[in-house]
Amino acid sequence: MKSKEKLKGRVHKYDRDNIDTDVIIPGPYLKIHDHAELAKHAMEGLDPKFAQKVSKGDFLVVGSNFGCGSSREHAPIALSQTGIRAILATSFARIFYRNAVDGGYLLPIEVEKSAVTRISDGDELEIDLERNEITNLTKSESYPMKPFPELVAKIIEAGGLLNYKHEE
Amino acid sequence: MTITEKILARASAKTSVSPGDVIFAKVDKVMMHDVSGPGVIKVFSEWEKKGKRLERIWNPDRVWVTEDHFVPAADRVSAENVITLSNFTKKYGITRHFKYGMGQYGICHTLSHEEAMVLPGEVYVGGDSHTNTTGAMGAFAAGLGHTDVAYVLMNGKIWFRVPETMLFRLEGTKPDYVMAKDIILKIIGDIGTDGANYKAMQFTGSVTKSLSMEERLTLTNMTTEAGAKNGIIEPDETTYNYLAERTDAAYTPVMGDQDAAYSEVFTYEINRLEPIVAKPFSPGNIAAARELAGTEIDKAYIGSCTGAKIEDLRQAARFLKGRKVKVRTEVLPAAQSIYMKAMKEGLINIFMEAGAVVGPPTCGACCGAHMGVLAKGEVCISTTNRNFPGRMGHVESQTYLASPIVVAASAVAGKITDPRDAKAN
Ligand code: SF4
Repeated sequence: MKSKEKLKGRVHKYDRDNIDTDVIIPGPYLKIHDHAELAKHAMEGLDPKFAQKVSKGDFLVVGSNFGCGSSREHAPIALSQTGIRAILATSFARIFYRNAVDGGYLLPIEVEKSAVTRISDGDELEIDLERNEITNLTKSESYPMKPFPELVAKIIEAGGLLNYKHEE
Repeated sequence: MTITEKILARASAKTSVSPGDVIFAKVDKVMMHDVSGPGVIKVFSEWEKKGKRLERIWNPDRVWVTEDHFVPAADRVSAENVITLSNFTKKYGITRHFKYGMGQYGICHTLSHEEAMVLPGEVYVGGDSHTNTTGAMGAFAAGLGHTDVAYVLMNGKIWFRVPETMLFRLEGTKPDYVMAKDIILKIIGDIGTDGANYKAMQFTGSVTKSLSMEERLTLTNMTTEAGAKNGIIEPDETTYNYLAERTDAAYTPVMGDQDAAYSEVFTYEINRLEPIVAKPFSPGNIAAARELAGTEIDKAYIGSCTGAKIEDLRQAARFLKGRKVKVRTEVLPAAQSIYMKAMKEGLINIFMEAGAVVGPPTCGACCGAHMGVLAKGEVCISTTNRNFPGRMGHVESQTYLASPIVVAASAVAGKITDPRDAKAN
């Protein structure tokens, strides 16, 4: 994943705060480490049909504190394996955020509450990571996104923490 | 600088750090268990598939491994995950692997203090969100995912954004029926489940200082439920004495400066605190136990890293002694050593005579995986730390979170009960 490209995709919106990791991938699936298998159960606690709805490159739009709860990396893995490329939220829980970035799975993008309110399920978005701007192609309007902190941008650019070379 | 800032400055070889700085910190200890471990192993194998060889890890003596979520193995897949761990620890020479059925084992955040795996002033990371627990020892303790733990195993360091510190002064004297669990539930109810997101939660004040080590660990355990990066308590005689009984390893404690800057300071008068219960489906959804009195329950659960340490069991026994439970009650001591202490103190007898099942240490039911999950529509009162939809079983089951005292009093009454309205021994 590169931090400077343009992404285009369709929105799956769940207008809720505090969507937790038990909802994203329930406890009984924690023993599964096969990524494709995990994807089948993504968001099962909220929408059992989720995985079937998503196409590659789509976006998830949610409220605040997305991914709170456990440290299970199964959560960003399951979501990214369904095809989700980026998550737009007003805030993220810290471990979910770093797992998404460090594992190179998906982009956690912080947006303002007004953006979440404006965007509807099914909207077509284009995200410009160079200009930190989100364009809603369906509604012909745009919203700012919070730029990634410097190190986070570098890790995204490298394709995950393991590929990132830290200079002492 | 606060204690958190000073530990992170020391670990990143800087004279000072400020909140917001992004640093790479040297790690002193790292933990993985039977959920995060196989995830880490998968990261390793993917890495090797790319042609990168991994003959050795950074330092096998600083890594420890436990089997807790999926033991006793509920099915074939769980059993295979546990075997994977043994193959890994053998291959990389990790000797501190606490195995189920081979002496001491138990829940990771309980072994971390019972076995003195983490010492004051250290940077400790673990593949589990409640790694925060161990910050009560005066360490910087934070949870990470598989990739991050794999990175630590390869490099011995990891990046952190230095957190702001929120200071909680717990003042006054603690009433007998109030436990640390009530205090932390009250705080989460006040600040919200993202009230401490990315921040450190530090506890101080006369009540914190008077609390035993185990009670302090309950406070830091649930800082995770407020979104905190870490929970921390400056070490004192209680910490040093607790460690002296368990290890002779040397350590250099770190204390915050007198003029340290805190992002927020909260003061709680604990004298006035009542027993608290968190209603479904959030640890922040709190009410006084008395307000919920009479709520029917199907099960009482005394277990987990939050609520099955020896003191938790002692407090529960006060309300179960000589009585019979009216609902299905399970007691799962958090580690083998705690089980044995409870047995020697006669607590296991008390629980069994009351009609409860006493089971082996495991995370099983706490995370809804096995060993007593809830059916559709069932209601549970539990000493654990989370009550999200489906956390302890069916997505339409419900969990109320409370202290071991409240859970035991409720088990006897068959409905949610304020311990002040029940009889203690
Ligand atoms: S007891 Fe529960 S909260 Fe504690 S480590 Fe196990 S699953 Fe997590």
